Amino acid sequence: MEIIILILAGVLFATAIYNLLQKQLLRLIIGSVLLSHGAHLFLLTMGELKRGNPPILTEGISEYTDPLPQALILTSIVISFGITSLLLVLAYRTSNENNTDNMEQLRGNENE
Amino acid sequence: MSNLAVLPIIIPLIAGIILAFFPKKLALVRTLTKVFIIGNLAVAGFSAWHVFNHGSIILETGDWAAPYGIIIVADQLSVLLVLTTNIMAAACAFYAPYSLPDRKERYYFYTFFFFLITGVSGAFLTGDIFNLFVFFEVLLMASYALIVLGGDKVQLRESVKYVFINLFSSMLFVTAVGFLYGTVGTVNMAQIAQRVQEVDQQGILTAIGILLFFVFAVKAALFPLYYWMPKSYAVPNPVISALFGALLTKVGIYSIIRVFSLIFIHRIDLTHEVFIWIAGLSMIFGVIGALSTNNIKLIIAYNIIPAIGFILWGIGVFNQEAVSGAIYYLIHDMIIKASLFLLVGTIAYAAGTSDLRKFSGLIHYYPFLGWLLFVSGFVLAGIPPFSGFIGKLLLLKGSLADEKVAVVIIALLSSLLILYSIMKIFIRGFWGEKDDTFEPKPVKGRTAPVVALLALSVFLGIGAEFIYPSVESISRYLLDPANYINAVLEG
Amino acid sequence: MYKPNDLIFRTTTSLIAFILLGFSIYLLLAGHNSPGGGFIGGLMTSAAIILMYMAYGSDILRKILPVNYRMLIPTGLLIAAGTGIGSFLFQQPFLSHTYNHFHLPVFGDLELATAMLFDFGVYFTVLGVTVTIILSIAEDR
Repeated sequence: MEIIILILAGVLFATAIYNLLQKQLLRLIIGSVLLSHGAHLFLLTMGELKRGNPPILTEGISEYTDPLPQALILTSIVISFGITSLLLVLAYRTSNENNTDNMEQLRGNENE
Repeated sequence: MSNLAVLPIIIPLIAGIILAFFPKKLALVRTLTKVFIIGNLAVAGFSAWHVFNHGSIILETGDWAAPYGIIIVADQLSVLLVLTTNIMAAACAFYAPYSLPDRKERYYFYTFFFFLITGVSGAFLTGDIFNLFVFFEVLLMASYALIVLGGDKVQLRESVKYVFINLFSSMLFVTAVGFLYGTVGTVNMAQIAQRVQEVDQQGILTAIGILLFFVFAVKAALFPLYYWMPKSYAVPNPVISALFGALLTKVGIYSIIRVFSLIFIHRIDLTHEVFIWIAGLSMIFGVIGALSTNNIKLIIAYNIIPAIGFILWGIGVFNQEAVSGAIYYLIHDMIIKASLFLLVGTIAYAAGTSDLRKFSGLIHYYPFLGWLLFVSGFVLAGIPPFSGFIGKLLLLKGSLADEKVAVVIIALLSSLLILYSIMKIFIRGFWGEKDDTFEPKPVKGRTAPVVALLALSVFLGIGAEFIYPSVESISRYLLDPANYINAVLEG
Repeated sequence: MYKPNDLIFRTTTSLIAFILLGFSIYLLLAGHNSPGGGFIGGLMTSAAIILMYMAYGSDILRKILPVNYRMLIPTGLLIAAGTGIGSFLFQQPFLSHTYNHFHLPVFGDLELATAMLFDFGVYFTVLGVTVTIILSIAEDR
């Protein structure tokens, strides 16, 4: 099971990097979202995939899942949620100001 | 008493939140900012005094014991860096009202300013590698907001690149933490260090170490990964450039110091040897960049790269003197970079442009600014008796003791070129023909913070006697990871 | 005049939005000790608000929910940070939380935790951030 998930994470990474190398802003954002999915899936796999009870303090439970990766992933998901929404606003503003969503045609005077 | 360790993180956080309630009342916001930043400076100073006299402060948040809960570790290196951060942040807070247009100040500048300090202090103080990631994100979020503040076209263009490169390295950071957790089963730095010495899969740990180095090298703008940095640091307002130039890359290099003196020390011949070469290449390429441009803000921004190279060089050599030199240089560089960015921002404001080809003869109108730049150039390049010299001298002694001569030659040569790159501004901008049509603008309020930072920097050089003993005790502490591990896990 | 053909959407929204709001409050209150929490509670509430916005437009939404979403962000952050600092008063390390059982007239025996206050802070912050971002893009013409 771990191997399958790891391959999936690898595929996500590959797709993400392909998208990050494009010129359109929206594709870059999709790439970054896929990248964070890949990283989160990978982090989940590192804590062993096993079935059991939720890692919540209750008495008489012997088999439970590892809580730490889940806490880490939740934190990381919140962060990438924030950054993705910020990126969307940024990309929207950028393409509005420049009338293009092509990274190579962005303009601006540097010596002001 | 242990709550003292978290105060430098909490005070700016609360300050930022409070200022977000009334961003439009500028007079009140400015006054409160100064009050909070001075208060935070006092707290940071007190905690530094406490740590140097009574030993590290360990805070186990939420009362969860060390390897399980999140811990905040205020050791000597952390508190010294937090103190320096607050000193330069205070200078920026006093500079900001003169430099920023009111429109930008209203747009939550001070809130993001304080959040940036929260993130930086948190990154210095945390004792947990995942929390290092979280605080990185806090400071990056604040920096994303600061870099687009105002939303000029050129800012938008650079910030898109800046956000993407940082997002990419952050996700690699998460992946590296995942690898580390899968291998040693913990994210507490002291416990990782303890287990790394016991585990017998040394190969995979070295790979993880290199991956983490890659992440921090992106943040710190080291040789092959610096291309995003100079322009995105040069385009925002000078006060924001000063904050970025003095703090963000330094957090990256601090993480390298922490991780590669505490955790990944099992293959010094491999990892630290590579560091020396990367350091040398950073010095060469950074200084070439600084010489290649006529934009005075870009010259300063490029000068960050060789400075980071010098610090990495000290970690690469990894003996007592070299590490002392690296720490001394780190403190020195935080202060002088902030002062230079503010100074160059003032010059660009006074001249009306940052293009060196478009102004000359400024010394007729601003003699004081000219001599400030002159002294700053000497301090940055490390002419004795200024502070850059002490750091470089220690680095030289350390690496000559280890017979690493090639990097010494590169470092000396690049120091000379750094001096030339600053003097180029002085020669071309301040000397030269007087422009009679030029109308000078008042710059009085802007020079005061620069003078304060520069005075401190000069003191770091002349008063090295006072500071060197504490730097030496930090490097002794860093070279023996058992100090840190025992303080966290048994204290 | 442009007349949208959205009868089904509006009718179902009036139903679904309130189910979403109710469930989000449940998630918020359950969060400290079972699946749920301030973050997903806040996201779900903002989903309900965005749904109402899509169905009825911003004018009506502003009339029925006269909230300054931008102000919710610092409010929520202040609550969350405040619960952490509250532990200073009791000489406990930062972020220490506690819980106790209370007997209330209607609800019976109830377990209340200070961690729930932290969740409230997170809830308001997430709600404020999400709605601010989406509405600021949506209202920009």
